[in-house]
Amino acid sequence: MSTLADNKKLFARSRAIQRQQTKVSYLFLLPALLFFFGFVVFPMIMGIYTSFFNYTMKEFSFIGIRNYIELFNDSTFGQSVTNTLIIAVASVPLVMLFSLWVATVIYQMPVFSRSFFRGVFYLPVVMGSVPVVVVWKWVFHRYHGILNWTLSSLGIISENINWLGEAQYAIWCVLAILFTTSIGQPIVLYVASLGNVDQSQVEASEVDGCSKWQTFLHVKWPSLLPTTLYVAVITTINSFQCFALIQLLTSGGPDGSTSTVMYYLYDTAFRIYRYGYANAMGVILAIIIAAFSAFQFRVMRTDD
Amino acid sequence: MSTMNTMTREQRNMRSPYMIAMTILMVLVALLFIFPFYWIITGSFKSSAEINLIPPHWFPMDSTFAHYERLFWEPAWQWLFNSAFMSFVAMVLVCIVASMAGYVLAKKQFPGRLAIFSLLVAAMALPRQAILIPLVRIMNTLGISDTPWAVILPSVGWPFGIFMMKQFSEGIPGEMMEAARIDGAGEVYTFLRIVMPMLKPAFGALAIFTFIIVWNDYMMQLVMLTSRRNLSIALGIATLQAEFGINYGLIMAGATLGSVPIVLIFIMFQKYFTQGIALGAVKG
Repeated sequence: MSTLADNKKLFARSRAIQRQQTKVSYLFLLPALLFFFGFVVFPMIMGIYTSFFNYTMKEFSFIGIRNYIELFNDSTFGQSVTNTLIIAVASVPLVMLFSLWVATVIYQMPVFSRSFFRGVFYLPVVMGSVPVVVVWKWVFHRYHGILNWTLSSLGIISENINWLGEAQYAIWCVLAILFTTSIGQPIVLYVASLGNVDQSQVEASEVDGCSKWQTFLHVKWPSLLPTTLYVAVITTINSFQCFALIQLLTSGGPDGSTSTVMYYLYDTAFRIYRYGYANAMGVILAIIIAAFSAFQFRVMRTDD
Repeated sequence: MSTMNTMTREQRNMRSPYMIAMTILMVLVALLFIFPFYWIITGSFKSSAEINLIPPHWFPMDSTFAHYERLFWEPAWQWLFNSAFMSFVAMVLVCIVASMAGYVLAKKQFPGRLAIFSLLVAAMALPRQAILIPLVRIMNTLGISDTPWAVILPSVGWPFGIFMMKQFSEGIPGEMMEAARIDGAGEVYTFLRIVMPMLKPAFGALAIFTFIIVWNDYMMQLVMLTSRRNLSIALGIATLQAEFGINYGLIMAGATLGSVPIVLIFIMFQKYFTQGIALGAVKG
C-alpha cells in the first residue's frame, strides 16, 4: 500500500520535473525561436503567399498561379535557370576534386604549412566578393587586362577578347571566380576528415604493399564519403545562390547570358519592382535546391 | 644515418620527390589565390598612370597616397565602422541565442525537440534569397530599413549557429550537469557556470564565423542599406566602382580598406575558424 502511494508520489514528482524541464527548455529556446520565426519562417510564408499575387509598388491582387505560368513562358527566366544549372553542374565536381587534391597534399605537410595553405585558399572568401571582383574585373578587362596581355604576348590570341562583354566567354569568367571563392570551406572539411581516417588501416594497407592510389581508394575514400556528400551539398547551394559575383561583374549581361535565377530575382524585385513575380522565382529556386540536395543524398548514401 | 632515423614519418614524407613536386605545384596555385589581395594593396599605392600600364608593374614604382586622400572625401571611415558594428553585434547576438538553443536541443528531453530541430535543419538548405523581398517589407514595417539592424536581425535568425552549437554541446558530459543539479544549482547557473565555459572553443568558432559572414554579406547589405552614410564598406566600394569605374586607384584603396581588417581578423582567429567549420560538419 505504502509502496504504491510512494510510487504515485514519485511518478507525480517526475512528471513535475519533466514539466519543469520542458518549461526551462522552451525558455532557453525562446530567443532563437523568435528570431527564427520572425526572420526566416514568417518571411518564407509571406513569400509563398505573395507569389500568388500581382504584387508591385501600386498593386496587390490575387492572380492564382499566373505568376508561375508566366515564369514558364519567360525566356529570360529559362536562360537564368539554364545558367544556374550550368554553374552548379560545372562547379560541384571541379570544386570537389580540386579541394580533395589540395587537402590530401597539405594534410601530409607539417602543421605550419598546412594551416598556411588552408588560410591561403580561404583568402578569397574572407576578403569578400567586392574586393575580389575589383581585381578580376581588371584581369578580364578588354584593354587594360592582364589576361589579354598574357595571351597575346604568348601568341595565343592575335586580337583582344572582350571577356565580359561576349556571351560565350562571360559565364566562364563567372565560373572561374566562383571557383576561387568556393574551395576554401571544402579544403578545411577534407583536411579535418582526413584526420579522422583510421591510421592503423592506412599503415596496414601500406605494409600489405598497396600503392598510394590503392590505399586512397580503398581505405581513405570510404571514410571521406560523408564529407564528400556534405561538400557536394554546400557547393551546390553556394553555386545556386551565386549572386554578388554576377551583380558586380556583369550585371547578368551581356543579354542575360550570365543571369542566374538569383540575379534575375533581384533584378525583377529591385529594378522593376514586380515583387510577386520575383517571389514566385524564389519558390521555384527553393524547390530546385531541395530537389538537388535530395538527389545528392540518394546518390551518395547508397551504402548506409 | 642517425639523422635519417630521427626524422619523423612526416619529414621523410616531405622529402619524397612526389611531395616536392606537389609542394611546388601547390605554391604556384597558392600564388593565384594570394594575387587578388596582393594586387589591391599594391594597386592602391600606384599612381593612376601606373595602374593602367600594360605590361603591369608587379610592384608600385611611383607610389602615392593620393587615392587614400580621395577615398576619405567619401564617408569611408563611417562605412568601415558600419561594417564592424553590424558584424560585431550580430556576432554577440548569434553567440548568445545559438548557445542557449543549441544547449537545450542537445542536452534536454522535451516534447517538440525533434520537430524544432528538423525545422531548423530544413531551413538551412533554403536559399536566403527566397525570403529577401519579404524581409525588406518586414524591415520597412519595423521602421529599421536603412539601419544596421536590418542586416543584423536576419543574420541572427539564420539557424546555422544553433546547429553548430548543438553539435558542440553534445560533447558536454551529462555528469557535470547532473552534479551541478545535485549541488542545488539552478538552470541558469548551470548554463552560465558549467555549460558556457565548456563551450569556449565553440564560441570562438561561431564568433569568428559569424563576423566574417556578416561582414561579407553583400546581398543583404545591398537590399537593406540605401543612404550613403549608412553603407557598409563592401557596399561603399561597389558604389564607388559604379560611379568611378575607371578610377582603379580609388577603388583599390577602398578595397584595401575593406579587406585588410577582415583578413587580419581571420589570420588571428584562423585556428577557431577551421575548428568550427570542421566540427560543425564532421559530426553532422
